[in-house]
Amino acid sequence: MSGIAIRVHDLSKQYRIGALERARSFREVLNNAFTAPFRALRRKGRKQRTVDTFWALNAVSFEVKHGEVLGIIGRNGAGKSTLLKILSRITEPTRGRVEIKGRIGSLLEVGTGFHPELTGRENIFLNGAILGMRKMDIARRFDEIVAFAEVEKFIDTPVKRYSSGMYLRLAFAVAAHLEPDNLIVDEVLAVGDAAFQKKCLGKIGDVSREGRTVLFVSHNMAAVRALCKRVILLECGAVMRDSTDVSEAIASYTDLLSVGYRQRRDTRGVGGPMVFREIECVVKGEQPALRLEIRATVESVSPHQGALLALDIADASGVVFMQAVPSQEPWLFPVGGPQQCTVEVELPPLVPGTYRVGAWLGPHFTRTYDEVPPTIQFHVDASPDPTRTFPHCPEHGAIVPRSRVVHHELAVAGSRRQR
Amino acid sequence: MGMNQRGTADVPVLVIQPSQGWTALKLRELWEYRELVYFLVWREVKLRYKQTMVGAAWALIQPLFTMLVFTIFFGKLGKLPSDGVPYPVFSLTALVPWTFFTNGLSQSSNSLVGNANLITKVYFPRLAVPIAAVLSGVIDFAIAFALLVAMMAWYGVTPSAALLWLPGFLLLALVTALGVGLWLSALNVEYRDVRFVVPFLTQFWMLATPIAYSTSIVPEQWRTLYALNPMVGVVEGFRWALLGSGRAPGAMVVASAAAALGLLLTGAFYFRRMEKTFADLI
Repeated sequence: MSGIAIRVHDLSKQYRIGALERARSFREVLNNAFTAPFRALRRKGRKQRTVDTFWALNAVSFEVKHGEVLGIIGRNGAGKSTLLKILSRITEPTRGRVEIKGRIGSLLEVGTGFHPELTGRENIFLNGAILGMRKMDIARRFDEIVAFAEVEKFIDTPVKRYSSGMYLRLAFAVAAHLEPDNLIVDEVLAVGDAAFQKKCLGKIGDVSREGRTVLFVSHNMAAVRALCKRVILLECGAVMRDSTDVSEAIASYTDLLSVGYRQRRDTRGVGGPMVFREIECVVKGEQPALRLEIRATVESVSPHQGALLALDIADASGVVFMQAVPSQEPWLFPVGGPQQCTVEVELPPLVPGTYRVGAWLGPHFTRTYDEVPPTIQFHVDASPDPTRTFPHCPEHGAIVPRSRVVHHELAVAGSRRQR
Repeated sequence: MGMNQRGTADVPVLVIQPSQGWTALKLRELWEYRELVYFLVWREVKLRYKQTMVGAAWALIQPLFTMLVFTIFFGKLGKLPSDGVPYPVFSLTALVPWTFFTNGLSQSSNSLVGNANLITKVYFPRLAVPIAAVLSGVIDFAIAFALLVAMMAWYGVTPSAALLWLPGFLLLALVTALGVGLWLSALNVEYRDVRFVVPFLTQFWMLATPIAYSTSIVPEQWRTLYALNPMVGVVEGFRWALLGSGRAPGAMVVASAAAALGLLLTGAFYFRRMEKTFADLI
């Protein structure tokens, strides 16, 4: 593979959506083992339980030349993270093959393994070792790392006393001083203030000028444009564009952002008298007043009562955190054939990220006709608060409720002034 | 994972592809990451007693108080034989390696789940995590061992030349703890039942190990079978090396060492087999 640094061939990764509901205790495993033969017998006549699986990556192939800076873009959930996790050997592919020439280093999340109780100095060595650096190399580059992070004065202070900016700078500094032949950089670098981001991007530029191969994943199109000579656009786990015309690939990406996500269903074995055939969901409007438009095709397969519809909205990990019920009265009655309906949900100010919608159909809340688990994705790409300067992270929840200052004055009471 | 380093010209080529079934242990790669093991041990030791009131004294309290209870109930009231050695020294000699073993076992069982943030973010040989967890107990062992030495001096018990074998018996305890720890840590990733199993297992195991009692109450012809519990060999070895009580427990130690190695090897291979699912399941 002369001239080629990374060769990815037919790479695929399958996940189970039901992973959260998977057997997680011995009891269930034993239960499954005992009942499996009986279930196999019963299955002949009755409905089949299907395990929901999806291909996070599906037959992805590409090559990266030595010294090339390749941008990888795509919507949330398109498979970027899975690709990076496979390339950095955190998880294994289900199918396919990757060949990487030379050492590989990845910055998937800065500060991995940082411990708040340890000092900056101690964390540099610990984090360096976790990232695969030799103690000797860390010691050799120690001053450089500290200078880059601009934390000289606090190097012997536990990092729990650091400001979030200092923490990030230190974490990035350690990772940036790895010297792999191939560097994988994820979105995470886009945190921190503008000056620091500029510094990070500058550092990545330096790395590529030293002749190293860089895979750069970002939602920041300005950064992609500045750094990359070639871009791969991923969509639904597959390569949609692989182009040296960076602007064109970015244009395709922005087009994608306005398109909805559609799921067609195999309704064999659902069993209820009314089933979902297809559900599509599209995000409309601007933050913080986004609207979710859900278009569903339902069909009656046998006579039934009028039904109503409920929508569960879950975060990326599948935890449902809100439910919308457009009408409490039954409104979907049997007609001779499929019927289409569109429902609009006013979204609260959601944090950028991937969300999943699930749908439920039934005559009243104790009876279910059909149910689609939260698998239909939609993406929120902008922050609900454009003035916010610090990054959103899962610890802050999914919703940024609107808030305002209603009263503010100097506290003049004597007891308050003394501290 | 199904990866191997193939040398083409001068730059190694890393191949990533799905692996099937049992995989090699890749001890060489583990060796290359020995500094990581060192730092993980160091972190563990440094942080274990942070924000505790008595700090490292915890390493003494556990064996010391168990010894007191054992001495009162089994030694004084139960009048269990202790091979002519003062009962407190007799039981503490067993409790010190036993505490090392149980702590190593429970620390390593929890190690993968406790380091989930590392497992899902960076690649390194996963074996480093439970190994570091067991090794970090050596410091606590050293502290408790100092107590044992003081007790021996107090009671005037002097060891013989067999003392030279002691590191071997410590290694045997370490191998046993790691063997069980590898099994349990890998199982713990998918089945969180493990955290309920561990206290039960150690309690049960303690009764099957001659800590409160002496091996001499086990009929001669059953002793080798009894020593298939590797901790029997450890405790017998410690008593022989430190207290000079009885004959050299040769056959028993061989049986224990064989069982411990069996645990370690099966544990390591099972761990490697499950390793590819860790990041997805944890």
